[in-house]
Amino acid sequence: MSRAKKRYLAWAALGLLTGALAVAAAGFGGSGKSSNGTSATGPSSIGKGEGALNLIEWAAYSDPSFAKKFVSQTGCKIHRKDANTSSEMVALMRTGGGGGGGQWDLVSASGDASLRLIYGHDVKPVNVKLIPSWKEFIPIFKSPAHNTVSGVHYGVSVQWGPNTLLYNTKKVKPAPTSWGAIYSTKYKGKVTVPDNTIQIADAALYLMKTKPSLGIRDPYELTKSQLDAAVKLLKRQKGLIKKYWGSAADEINLFKSGDVVIGASWPYQTLQLQAAHAPVKELIPREGATGWADTWMLASKAPHPNCAYMWMKYVTTPPVEAKQALVFGETPVNPKACPYMNRIQKGSCTKYHLNEPLGYYKTIHFWKTPVADCGNGKKNCMDYNAWQRAWTQVTS
Amino acid sequence: MSSDAARAGPSLRGARLRFSATFWRRPWVKALALLTLPVGAFVVVYIGSLAILFVSAFWTVDSFTGKLQHIWNIDNFRQIFSTSDPTYLRIAGRTIGIAAAVTVTDAILAFPLAYYMARLASRRSRAVLFIAVLLPLWSSYLVRIYAWRLILSSDGVLNWALNGVGLPNANIAYTNWAMWIVFSYVWLPFMVLPVYAALERIPESYLEASGDLGAGGWRTFRNVILPLALPGVVAGSIFTFSLTLGDYVTPLLVGGAGSSFIGNVVYDFVGINANVPFAAAFATVPVMVMGVYLVVARRLGAFEAL
Repeated sequence: MSRAKKRYLAWAALGLLTGALAVAAAGFGGSGKSSNGTSATGPSSIGKGEGALNLIEWAAYSDPSFAKKFVSQTGCKIHRKDANTSSEMVALMRTGGGGGGGQWDLVSASGDASLRLIYGHDVKPVNVKLIPSWKEFIPIFKSPAHNTVSGVHYGVSVQWGPNTLLYNTKKVKPAPTSWGAIYSTKYKGKVTVPDNTIQIADAALYLMKTKPSLGIRDPYELTKSQLDAAVKLLKRQKGLIKKYWGSAADEINLFKSGDVVIGASWPYQTLQLQAAHAPVKELIPREGATGWADTWMLASKAPHPNCAYMWMKYVTTPPVEAKQALVFGETPVNPKACPYMNRIQKGSCTKYHLNEPLGYYKTIHFWKTPVADCGNGKKNCMDYNAWQRAWTQVTS
Repeated sequence: MSSDAARAGPSLRGARLRFSATFWRRPWVKALALLTLPVGAFVVVYIGSLAILFVSAFWTVDSFTGKLQHIWNIDNFRQIFSTSDPTYLRIAGRTIGIAAAVTVTDAILAFPLAYYMARLASRRSRAVLFIAVLLPLWSSYLVRIYAWRLILSSDGVLNWALNGVGLPNANIAYTNWAMWIVFSYVWLPFMVLPVYAALERIPESYLEASGDLGAGGWRTFRNVILPLALPGVVAGSIFTFSLTLGDYVTPLLVGGAGSSFIGNVVYDFVGINANVPFAAAFATVPVMVMGVYLVVARRLGAFEAL
């Protein structure tokens, strides 16, 4: 190759590089800055499907066992992103300028994330009139404080479940009856709890029942001294912990390998472990339990709102509610799912407490975002930020 | 038409000649034209991202709504270096401590191996050893960390072997010891290669001269081989130290309760708590530590051995 030719080639390469950089820069700069002004109540009808639906979800919340039918019925192809924690869901919703970044349509937010999304304007109002099953919901899940603010709905409730105590039946004897089992030295180095800020509420619930002198009324409304007491308990517990689990799969592995024998869990892990013939059982201890109640929330920049509405409509229908409940191990918010559950698995409606009287829900303390307002007129409660700092202090 | 083109020809050529003459007469113009783009890209991509990191470290995030607030303050740094709540100092100390332990371990393990490869092994066994050292790098390091998780777990290979010879379980799964072992294993090749390169470069005649002057094997090692190989060791330590310092996967997978690294906190604050400014502030800690480390390494001549 002649020298001149080489030089031309070098210039050509340089030109290509410049071009590539310019394209990349344009790509970065041109990311959508669209804002669509919808009314406070959402649309009045569901239009034609956009052919796609992007979900941020808890694992199995769009399990193919019931999602396949939805896809074939509506033509909305589902792209899912499984999040491990509530905070991860919030963070995902806030990437790309918030509101789901124009990428995500729906998020299956739990009660400890939903208010943060509402106040951060990451989700937008939903017209529940377009979700026929909504009228059938158990009353407390129609307009719960964690997804409805001053009468405006920011999504529809979908399922709920308790945080349970999971243990290895061969290694933990006698069977535990109290949350005290994960705070006592008996199983030192064999305990696991979720690596999640809201876990502080579990400690607060235990203290609420065992140390009434602290005056804890609600495990999510803690004053400075009450939070300090919970942190003290958790710091003592840290010495007993093998590992703080980050994802459901993490905890399943820990129980399978025998590295832990007892821990705080979701029913999902119990079902998975029992399906793998691991000797485990779960229970709601006598102090009661914290629980989660999940809401499908509509991202404020949702690119496929019609498919999103179709999905909210679909997953709240009784047969689908029943299927999802049994896949994940949780309880529907639609009581009409009861016979469908029993049809899939005999006695499962009672097992998952779907036919309990309303009083039952008082024993479950549903996750909510801690705020400074204590709910009794006083504003001296520790907010989520303080909880987060305390949790980092305990676990790292 | 053709006459137009013929007239345009010479003038175009003239312009081109004048153009290239300019470059010939002023070499710095040529250098500028050629270097602007690569240097610019380097500045924007490398230095630019670091600069943004530093700048955003001085902002804060509204704790409830998670919106970024562009108000200058040093709260993030105050929180990191707070002595009343030493959480973050403890994490930084743990990260730096384990990185140092891993570096020393790798240096001790790599030196004899590299020495054997460079000076004693036959050509054939050297090739085999090279493949053995590099082979793990061909697989994903995630797979290798998971493999260690299985080895160390309570029903894993290690305990199985220990029980087989009548020893009790070694309870090191999900501890700082597990992290130390896994890090030392994962980064070992990055120490072996520079040490090997440094040892191979020592001329045989130096060792002969040392022997001729009456020095024994140990004295030769201490006064000739070690000083000449030191830059290689330091170069390797830059890799092992900085790789450990920046890692967050190993603590996540094999660490236990209270084993977070700086990287884990950064990950939590960006990916989970959506507090980029605090993460940026904490991320400047390893940058500063590495800065100091590199200055020292330069003094020891590590950059000639890379």
